[in-house]
Amino acid sequence: MSVENDKILTEVTQNEYKYGFTTSIETELIPKGINEDVVRLISAKKEEPEWMLEFRLKAYRHWLTMKMPKWPHLKLPEIDFQDVIYYAAPRKKPKYDSIDEVDPELIDTFNRLGIPLDEQKHLAGVAVDAVMDSVSVKTTFRETLAELGIIFCSFSEAVKEHPDLVKKYMGSVVPYTDNFFATLNSAVFSDGSFCYIPKGVRCPMELSTYFRINAANTGQFERTLIVASDDSYVSYLEGCTAPMRDENQLHAAIVEIIAHDNAEVKYSTVQNWYPGDKNGKGGIYNFVTKRGICKGDNSKISWTQVETGSAITWKYPSCILKGNNTTSEFYSVAVTNNHQQADTGTKMIHIGKNSKSTIISKGISAGLSQNSYRGLVKVLKSADGARNFTQCDSMLLGDKCGAHTFPYLEIDNESAIIEHEATTSKIGEDQIFYCNQRGLDTENAIGLIINGYAKEVLNKLPMEFAVEAQKLLQISLEGSVG
Amino acid sequence: MLEIKNLHANIEGKEILKGIDLIVKPGEVHAIMGPNGSGKSTLASVLAGRDIFEVTDGSVSFLGKDILDLPPEDRARMGMFLGFQYPVEIPGVSMVNFMKAAINEHRKYNNLDPLSASDFLKLMREKKEIVEITSTLTNRSVNEGFSGGEKKKNEIFQMAMLDPKLAILDETDSGLDIDALRIVASGVNKLRTQHNATIVITHYQRLLDHIVPDFVHVLYKGRIVKSSGKELALELEEKGYEWIKEQY
Repeated sequence: MSVENDKILTEVTQNEYKYGFTTSIETELIPKGINEDVVRLISAKKEEPEWMLEFRLKAYRHWLTMKMPKWPHLKLPEIDFQDVIYYAAPRKKPKYDSIDEVDPELIDTFNRLGIPLDEQKHLAGVAVDAVMDSVSVKTTFRETLAELGIIFCSFSEAVKEHPDLVKKYMGSVVPYTDNFFATLNSAVFSDGSFCYIPKGVRCPMELSTYFRINAANTGQFERTLIVASDDSYVSYLEGCTAPMRDENQLHAAIVEIIAHDNAEVKYSTVQNWYPGDKNGKGGIYNFVTKRGICKGDNSKISWTQVETGSAITWKYPSCILKGNNTTSEFYSVAVTNNHQQADTGTKMIHIGKNSKSTIISKGISAGLSQNSYRGLVKVLKSADGARNFTQCDSMLLGDKCGAHTFPYLEIDNESAIIEHEATTSKIGEDQIFYCNQRGLDTENAIGLIINGYAKEVLNKLPMEFAVEAQKLLQISLEGSVG
Repeated sequence: MLEIKNLHANIEGKEILKGIDLIVKPGEVHAIMGPNGSGKSTLASVLAGRDIFEVTDGSVSFLGKDILDLPPEDRARMGMFLGFQYPVEIPGVSMVNFMKAAINEHRKYNNLDPLSASDFLKLMREKKEIVEITSTLTNRSVNEGFSGGEKKKNEIFQMAMLDPKLAILDETDSGLDIDALRIVASGVNKLRTQHNATIVITHYQRLLDHIVPDFVHVLYKGRIVKSSGKELALELEEKGYEWIKEQY
């Protein structure tokens, strides 16, 4: 664009990543690397039953036969999986009965992240499971939820206390053979959240998991399992941050959602892992498998994601629309700046009759980043009357970044109605000048324009999250005037 | 209020303004007329600080301050308003949010606290009446899907909200039917006081029947070639621009 703007672009393409601090807390680490002994060690550390260890070992053996996927539009560096620490936990008691027992350093960490673990101080109406490195630190409001029969706890606890549920549902949406990263996760996952909403219950508060990587050289592998029984409803939030470190860190998570008859699950993510510095040094490699199944008739799953962090993002929150009259939505804003790379999108698999899916994807690329949308709409023979609407917009800031779109359609039923719209735009110099002339400086103008562009998605987020996400969008693009 | 001396400006190396001199005092309305391509809109953009133009010579002082080194947002906050010939669309940004952000930036510049939500809405209601603008328009995204007339009304509405000391209206009459023209002009007239000033840039005399200027200037080939009272506009209407072109 103009000379002046170009100058700003090159001078101040500096993200303010305010979550980049580290916590000095005594951490228990296991040796680097992965082999069967490490898998056994993790299982032992977590005092797991035999069936869980078997699951892990099956996954590990399968993983050995797999290779990293090459198809994403990403410059994937070689990752030395023997150079990663697969388990790190804050030493001391891994689970606390009362807030008084939690290490003050930990409480302080989460306070700084805006996640008070003390229920008294907490945002009304949000229950949190806080996960640091490999373990869940604290789950708030458990008793309140338990009165309604809702189970909300760390994954490790669920394995011990609700083994039947875990056995029944774990791996039922994302099998351990699913893909390279999901299989790795299945072998070494450390913790995560488990949530079960009983029949007919509408969860009265937002449930949320907050993931924090703290220890150096460690990978984070968590898994989340959400089961919504018939006629139930839950809204789930996920947030994540990590310290600024020069080396890259690996994050490979799994989220599985099961929605039975008439159930509705809303899953919202604000992904803010450390994206690396302006020269592309450091940052999280984020390889995540998220999938839900609308198992019962009339069930609904919606994914809303605001992706601003990570050096590399590889994720496709997807939905299998198995029941009849099922609905799934995918709303996404993905921002990349500096040297970030994102290959993200969704898969909608229509099996049930009259199943409906909506995909709204908004990509924003700035700096030297590459931003790709990859989406599959698959309609099986059985899916009479299936409908999909896809809208896929890209916005470019500056002329050194890239936006790419890879839509895939596999339609096996003639009654299906599929619509696809795509646009690419740039923030116009005339739009910025118009805002300037009304008294807004260029940073504010871009924030306003971007938030307007992403509004359809931001409107889908729960209130508290939407405000945070708006600020985040602006901060992520700070200095990237183009 | 505004003093332009020997102003020269280029775009991509091509000189458009070739020495403009103009003085505007509080309470005055100046009309700038001229054939297409004479530099009228460039003058408006340069005054507002659009950086695709390069000022190569001369000075502009606004409220006693040299403004050529100030970014456009500071000029705006000082009280300079540009009514755009082609107002741009900003999808997804509601007029309410846009105006709230703008007003609060102006207030911050003048060391005032942000306006409360209720005061802001009250102000909006008041100002909407001036331009006979309906609520549905302000609930929509900035200029998105607005008709030509609605966009121009919306410019005058924003002018009313921001209460500028100097308003520069760039071809506000273009694309307006006679009713919209009347509404826009009456809006501008209602906003006139002894303390503010208006520069009306137009191609036709038509608008000046409604907004009566104190001075009329003819801009041609980047210079003001003729300045006079309002009767000059009528003369131009009658004779066209040919006699100007022949003379200069």
